[in-house]
Amino acid sequence: MKRNLSLHQYLILLTVMLTASFGDALLAHGMKQVGPVSLDHLERLMVAMTNLWVISGIVLLIGFFASYLTALSWADLTFVLPATSFSYVIIALLSHFWLHEHISLDRWLGILLIVCGVGFVANGPPLTEHVVPESEIV
Amino acid sequence: MTHVGRLETWILICMIAGMAIAGDVLTAGAMRRIGDLDEIRARSGLAGAIKAVAGNGMFLLGVLAMALNFFTLLFTVSKVDVSLAAPASASLTFIGNAAAAKVFLRENVDRRRWIAVLFVFAGVMLLRR
Repeated sequence: MKRNLSLHQYLILLTVMLTASFGDALLAHGMKQVGPVSLDHLERLMVAMTNLWVISGIVLLIGFFASYLTALSWADLTFVLPATSFSYVIIALLSHFWLHEHISLDRWLGILLIVCGVGFVANGPPLTEHVVPESEIV
Repeated sequence: MTHVGRLETWILICMIAGMAIAGDVLTAGAMRRIGDLDEIRARSGLAGAIKAVAGNGMFLLGVLAMALNFFTLLFTVSKVDVSLAAPASASLTFIGNAAAAKVFLRENVDRRRWIAVLFVFAGVMLLRR
């Protein structure tokens, strides 16, 4: 069982957090410029693909995906997802200060609880023992 | 800037979470089969690592689920505050993933991880208010 992460692996997790939160924020900023997308006007999704903010968000989310896959190759899914949850806080800060969205006290408390919850997981081992034949996975 | 009702908002958020769970479990299962990507990259280079990942059928199914998840997210953030949609869908995804990882990936989801699920669930309840 792997119990400790190397510096390189911590940096991978940090990359997952930063690219996820900044990618989502850029995407939201771009979609606000594009305007609401409805089922009657799905062509707006294509317009969104030409928006620089949306494109930048997608580039960051591709970076997120690469680092996320790398992390999944040496840690459990139930470790990687919560361990990178600090991105919720970054999203909240970006939403509040950059996108000027209102975040109520309840939402801040909710975000705080989520971060506390995932702190439990982050202190545990990244990979648990589970010898499963390949044919039984999923 | 929420443009839709509460019910539609949470239906959209649940759709994002459902597709994310399918994508996460499939890609995690694929990565477990493939092995440590850092080691593969050291042995076969970046091209070898990409080939190992892109040639895995389970991974491609996971990517399909994630692509559907992405377009639903795009649709949703144009109507719902990202500060609600992003953490709420991610939290629901986390709860569903804990159960799915235990059942499908046979991960040892111990008490520590279930406590984390409860905290996250409480956090989601607060986000709904």
